[in-house]
This record gives sequence, structure tokens and C-alpha cells, in this order.
Amino acid sequence: MRSDRSQSAPLGIKIAAAAGLAFLHLPILLIFVYAFTTEEKSYQWPPPGLTTQWFAATWARPDVWQALGLSVQVAAISTAIALVLGTLCAAAVSQTRFFGREAISLLVILPIALPGIITGIALRSAFSLAEIPFSFWTIVLGHATFCVVVVYNNAVARFRRTSGSLIEASMDLGADGFQTFRHVILPNIGTALLAGGMLAFALSFDEVIVTTFTAGQQQTLPIWMLEELVRPRQRPVTNVVAMVVVLATLLPILAAYYLTREGDQIAGAGK
Amino acid sequence: MTPAVAFQKTSRHFGAVRAVDAVDLEIQQGEFFAMLGPSGSGKTTCLRLIAGFEQPTSGSISIFGERAEGVPPYRRNVNTVFQDYALFPHLNVLDNVAYGLMVKGINRDERHRAAEDALKLVQLPGYGGRKPGQLSGGQRQRVALARALVNKPKVLLLDEPLGALDLKLRESMQEELKQLQKALGITFVFVTHDQGEALSMADRVAVFNDGRIKQVGAPEDIYQRPASRFVADFVGSSNVLPPDFVQRYAGERRWGSLRPEQIRVRRDTSGDGVAARVVSRHYLGAATKLSLDADGLKLHATVPSGTAVPEDGAHVMLTFNRDQLHLMEEQA
Repeated sequence: MRSDRSQSAPLGIKIAAAAGLAFLHLPILLIFVYAFTTEEKSYQWPPPGLTTQWFAATWARPDVWQALGLSVQVAAISTAIALVLGTLCAAAVSQTRFFGREAISLLVILPIALPGIITGIALRSAFSLAEIPFSFWTIVLGHATFCVVVVYNNAVARFRRTSGSLIEASMDLGADGFQTFRHVILPNIGTALLAGGMLAFALSFDEVIVTTFTAGQQQTLPIWMLEELVRPRQRPVTNVVAMVVVLATLLPILAAYYLTREGDQIAGAGK
Repeated sequence: MTPAVAFQKTSRHFGAVRAVDAVDLEIQQGEFFAMLGPSGSGKTTCLRLIAGFEQPTSGSISIFGERAEGVPPYRRNVNTVFQDYALFPHLNVLDNVAYGLMVKGINRDERHRAAEDALKLVQLPGYGGRKPGQLSGGQRQRVALARALVNKPKVLLLDEPLGALDLKLRESMQEELKQLQKALGITFVFVTHDQGEALSMADRVAVFNDGRIKQVGAPEDIYQRPASRFVADFVGSSNVLPPDFVQRYAGERRWGSLRPEQIRVRRDTSGDGVAARVVSRHYLGAATKLSLDADGLKLHATVPSGTAVPEDGAHVMLTFNRDQLHLMEEQA
């Protein structure tokens, strides 16, 4: 829109916008800086000296690797569960009409609207009531509750834009259910699933609240970091890990953003 | 000869809604058959019953003599051209057309050759590399047609295929469809709510209302000898005459119909005839259509070009041959 571009915003608004963005992102840079500090017991500003020794120290710590491994496994399995359940649920809600459809749609979305602490307490009491011991799988279950929502939301939006007659056309042309899924449904919702899956992975990867209620002795990476902050030894190790987590979550979210944006155009061109 | 499609007391009910209600119908091989009716009349449900997207609640359907109940769409040798075309947006035109052959496991070269031939048949050679989004409405329509025809179906179903096209394009597609059907000899079943389209294209027409067939016949039959007030009304422009009126001229107390072109309009109001007043005139080129009021009964008559047209408000006498007054089957 050309008219918007020629009318520049007033200087005051520009400064306010810059200050807002700086407020959001400078603290993250601070974390990065502390990853290179030579002071290991406290966060001292300005850093007395710069070093890269903490990268080697982090690399050598088995507890970091253990926590990272657990987090990746939990995120991967929760995402896989979410992809299957979220897609099936989205297909049911968007392709068919049945009694209680709107209610189910709302109930599926609810876990992400509920505060994590409620989900956590609810799951914890349910697990102990059912006498399920806390384990890797209880963490996965807890994470799956909100991962399903993210995948569902992405898939349901894409299903709504995909004409139902595409499926009928495929069947009409001789494709059975499996062939229709592989050749028509999956290519049409693929990017939405990829985006939803990445978002789900990122959400699971840095989840703290639900995890504290559903984990047993295991430490996922964010929980490990939380505990590490109260310990006075090798503090910058936490910052090195934080840096890695920021990059590891930022990249998939960026990718998801671009994929869904492109997907809009692909799906919109269908009709 | 075995009919291409046969319905026997076929019903499809959705709860209390009788979308299709005890329909008996035979569509002959090689026929261009139109299903005509207002929206919600059951014509599209009938088409979907043939395609296999719906299953009958009761009664039976045979396709080329074989019972089709319970047979899924992908095991029927029947293909559909959808109202919204339903082209696969992620595939290019060639792969869209070749889709049916691909799922049957025919190798790439062979199916692409067949698809290219089908595109030639619908006058779109060389369009294979484009995506459906890059085509106009008329071109998408042709691709949808090619995608169905490449499978060599025994019956081709067309669900209001011309509905989304503009008038000029629609007329040329009507002509083309008709020629294609003649050349291929495939049974075409065509759903439309446009009576002009049904009458001009089809060998036979079934008029639907409220889930039932009101009349089946050649276009001339439907047009000149409507069986009921509904058919006369829907097929359009025929004068529907009430039983009292008909009794005076034909001696029977039945509903009747009379085509506007069969009414003669006389300025001289003496002598025999039906006295009427001209309400309005519509110039149609080859003729002028008059809206008339005969003592409360609304009638239409056409006056050919070259004859004097009475002005609005003029009192006229109407005459017609009694044997042209058609008595409907519908009871008074």
C-alpha cells in the first residue's frame, strides 16, 4: 500500500516501538553475553572477562546430555502422538457433521487455554488416583495434552480450506481410502502438519509447569536449568544451554511461520 | 438391452427428509439423460447414488445389470464431473487427468500419454504443465471432463457442470458436450436446474420434485405435454389452465396447458373466443410476448414479428385449436 508508505509515522512512535522491541529482546542478549563471562559464581555486569571455556565445560557434563536427550525424546514422542490424534480429530470435526461437534472442538482446544498449573495438578491427581507411577510416559502424556491442540488447530484450518469434494473426486477416480489419504489429503495438509508439529515440538521442549507435576526423578532440560540456577558452581553452563535452547526453538518456529504462510497461497489457489 | 442405470423403488432418506423417495427409473445405454428440478428436489442425490457417495435407504440400483448397493465409489465404472470441478490443487493438469490411471497402477509414460490424448479431446492440448489455479473457469471445466473421460467410464455423471460459467461459454460448452457424447457413445447423466439446458441437450429428461420423478420423456413431450402443473410451471412459459376453464372447451374437468405460440390474438372483439386485456408486452426479436388478463386468469401469448401488436390495455379476443389444449394427467 503506497499511501501508507509515504505517510511516515511520527518520531515519538518510532522511538516507542524501538524501545518496546529492545525491552523484549535485550535480556535475551544478556543471557548470551553471560555465557562467555569468566565469573562463575554470580552474574556480574559488566563481565570481568570473556572466555569460551564454558562451551567445553558444558560439553563434558553428562547431566546436560541426559536432560537434553530426555527433552528431545519427550518432545519427539509427544509430537508424534499429537500429529496422529490432532489430524484425526481435525478430520472428524471438519469433514463430518455429528451431534456435539462444536463441544468436542472446544474441549480439544481447552488444554491450551487452561493454565499449565491446572493441567499439571489435574494430571498428577489423576495419575496417582489410577496408581500410574511417574515416568517418562507420564511426562509424554502431559505434553501431548497441549501438543494435540497445536496440531489440531493447524490441521483444522487447512481442512476447512480444502474442498470436501477433493476426497470424493479421488474416490470417484478409483482411489481407495489409503490411496486418497496418501495422494490427496496428505499433500494438501502436509505443510500445516509440519508447521503444527514443529510448534508442538518447540512447546514441549521448553515446558516447565506441567512437567514438574508429571515427572518422577527425570529431569527435562528446562527443569535441569531451573535447578542449576540455585547452584553456585559453573553458572555460565546454564547460559550456554539457554543459548542452545533459544536457537533450537527459534529455528523451527521461524520455519513453521514461513511454511504456513506459503501454505495459505497453495491452498487458496485450489479454487 | 440392459439399461445403463436402473433404479427400482430406490429411496434415500436423511432422517425425516425424503431426499429421494421410491424412484423408478431406467437410463438407456448411450443416452444423454438430464435430471431436471429445483434445488432440493433430489436430482443431485440420485446422481450421488449412482456415483456411490450415497447408499439407498431402500430399493436397488443396478449399473449395467450389476447390483450397485454397497459397492464403494472406487469400484464403480462410473466417473463424475463435479460442480466445483474438484481439481487437485497440488497436482498439475496432466497429473490431475492421469490420477485415475495412476491409482490403477498404470506406468507413468502410458498414463501421461493417455492424459495428453484426453486433453486433446477437450481442446486443451499442451496445458498439462499448468496448475489448476492458473486456469480459467472454462478451462478447469474441460480438465475435469478430461480427468473423468480418461478412465473410459461406462456412465459419466455431470453435476451442474455449466453452472459456474458465463452465458456465452455455457452455450459453447453445451454444444461441445453434446458432440462429445455423440462421438464417444458413453451414457451421460446430467443434473441441472436450468430447463433450457436440459431440453436443448438431453435425449430424455426426468423432472424431479420433492424426491420424486414427476415426468420422464423426450424434451418435446415434457415441453408440449406436461403431466402436471408442477412440470408445466417448472419447464416454464406454458399457460396452465384451471379445470373450470378446460371444462368449457374440452368437456373434461382436468388441469390443462396451452403453449403461448398456439394462442391467436385478434383485435376484433366480436365473435367467439376468450376475451382478454393486454397487460404488458415483451419484445423478443422473432416474436412479441404478451401478458394477458382473461377475467382474472393470467395468460401468455406470442405474436410473430410482422403482425400488428396490440398496445397495452387493449381488449382482444383469444382463440386456439381445441386439440392443442393439452389435458394433464393430474386430477382436478
